[in-house]
Amino acid sequence: MKNRNKPKVAFFSFTCCEGCQLQVLSCEDELPDMLSLVDIVNFREAIDEKRDDYDIAFIEGSMSRTHEIEEVKKIREKAKIVVALGACSATGGLNCLKNRFPMEEVQRVVYGDKAKKYKHFDTIPARPIDAVIPVDYYIHGCPITKSEFLHVLKSLLLGKKPEIPNYPVCVDCKMAGNVCVFEKGMTCVGPVTRAGCSAICVTYGCICWGCRGLVDDPNIAAHEDTLKRYGLTVDGVLRSFDLYGGWGRHKIS
Amino acid sequence: MKKDIKINIHHITRVEGHGNVVIDIKKGVIKDLRLEIVESPRFYEAMLRGRKYDEAQHIMSRICGICAVSHTSASLKAIEDAMGITISKQATFLRKLAFHGEMLQSHILHLYFLVLPDFFRVGSIVPLAASHPDAVKRGLRLKKLANEICYTIAGRHIHPISLFPGGVAYTPKESELRALRKRLEESFEDLEATLELFKTFKIPEYSEKREYLSLKEEGEYALYSGKIQSTQKYSAKPKDYRKLIKESIAPYSTAKHTKSKKGAYMVGALARLCNNFNQLSYRAKKAAKELSLTAQSFNPFMNNAAQLVESFHCTEDAIKIIDKLLSAGIKKEELKKPKKFGTGIGIVEAPRGILFHEYTINKDGIVTDANCIIPTAQNLQMIEEDLRGFVPTILSKPKDEVVKNIETLVRAYDPCISCSTHIMDVSFV
Repeated sequence: MKNRNKPKVAFFSFTCCEGCQLQVLSCEDELPDMLSLVDIVNFREAIDEKRDDYDIAFIEGSMSRTHEIEEVKKIREKAKIVVALGACSATGGLNCLKNRFPMEEVQRVVYGDKAKKYKHFDTIPARPIDAVIPVDYYIHGCPITKSEFLHVLKSLLLGKKPEIPNYPVCVDCKMAGNVCVFEKGMTCVGPVTRAGCSAICVTYGCICWGCRGLVDDPNIAAHEDTLKRYGLTVDGVLRSFDLYGGWGRHKIS
Repeated sequence: MKKDIKINIHHITRVEGHGNVVIDIKKGVIKDLRLEIVESPRFYEAMLRGRKYDEAQHIMSRICGICAVSHTSASLKAIEDAMGITISKQATFLRKLAFHGEMLQSHILHLYFLVLPDFFRVGSIVPLAASHPDAVKRGLRLKKLANEICYTIAGRHIHPISLFPGGVAYTPKESELRALRKRLEESFEDLEATLELFKTFKIPEYSEKREYLSLKEEGEYALYSGKIQSTQKYSAKPKDYRKLIKESIAPYSTAKHTKSKKGAYMVGALARLCNNFNQLSYRAKKAAKELSLTAQSFNPFMNNAAQLVESFHCTEDAIKIIDKLLSAGIKKEELKKPKKFGTGIGIVEAPRGILFHEYTINKDGIVTDANCIIPTAQNLQMIEEDLRGFVPTILSKPKDEVVKNIETLVRAYDPCISCSTHIMDVSFV
């Protein structure tokens, strides 16, 4: 493989825990090959180099400050392909739990009454990056899975459109051989959540929390009825959808 | 040397999160020095309000990708304290095992990916893959094993799944634990080679007395439980943590600063080691000796050495825990149910230092109030003080050397900036 034509890849991080970048670094077996196929030109968490000539930009994190919107727009101008990396970037993620409250209130709760005096505590309702720029591809999940990241990267390097599942987590869950959480006396949002995670949360004894966002055309009303039938209050139903679906529900422009 | 230097390092690389260093030196005297934390604040304490108690650990894990097991553990301990839940012995062992996995993963990531390039004077691990392939492969092997400890217990390291209020929701198979044990035993060879490598590196001479704060526990090197201990000969029960630590906001940082009653203090691997040296495992003590690390080490650059010593300790202790689990026999256990509601505190040692979570949970199981103090926020004041002490000693060097040295000092603390930007209710100074 000749070096000079290697595609240039950049990683950027906005409001988030940086766990999705860390998942990339956790591809221990694949990292050496990855580095032979692409030039990583921007990855603040791991390398000193910072260059602006990239072909593919992987962007993690939500937009929660006005200057982040300006920065992500500049990235969009420079990158040929923009990939949303993980739930915060793809759907707004957990950050949107903040949107249930007025921004002045969350500032005051965390930083105190005088916080509004200082500009660096400013915050806007959290949103996914496609609320402010066009996004070419999405890698879902909180965090992303290594296999899906590698699949998307490989597809892009081969010039193909990456396939992302558009069926519910229930399919993954059946394939994993799990007992349905509804049969164990719990409830979840797996029936309307996008698969691709091998239903790992159910395998490890929990429920589907909905981190990969909704499938296209989800039947929310039917699932709300199901949750109520299994004993959830109206509040409980809303809370189930709110955890990762906050942007859709509390959209504020 | 009486020179004028303006240093402005925008977004220090090879640290977790966004931070700047601004230093203004006039005629050899520091006029202004700031470690600016410019990470976007995320408001977790505010966001958690109104959520159910058994979602809290899931939400609060997302404070940090690197220290997810620590945040989950502190969160679970706070929930269980508030709700009168005592988890089983087996569940405690499993959680401690996952905890060791995270400590190892974080320390190895820091030593190999973030620190090693400084010693070889390159910008990242990428060029080292070509120039020092054995070292890089070794780092990746150690990191992978650390991750696999977490996979085995909790499904994954970043945002662990099975660690749940009332215990651990997944029971690993004995065969999985045996396989893990074997690989942990084999990993000493890689750890020894790491020790040989790090022993050859020259550590900057800079030593200033300081206060260290960490957990301290009877009978074990405190990581998961204990009282709060200062090297200034005072300690406190977990419930009294607010009396010990005062927080304030700085006009240039989205992470709060903290002080103990004595002033700035340091937390993390070096702080733990100085407080609990005698409780380190056999191989860890041996490694400490080879690295000239004692309970009276006051050079912040030695924090990296302390991380390596702890890597030995965590590996040995993980093996011990697996042996205890196997000899007792692994059983499937039900999660323990809440008995009451109220306020609870959870304190653990995250890789970067002592971590506090406190929640109030109402009778419907809803979190009404939350409060967290993060290790990196506690170190910010000390990093600034160290920069004030260290920078004048290196001013005779060329400016780019000065900048590199400053970055290396900040990096030695292994700051985790995303973590630090959502602290709690404030007292203004």
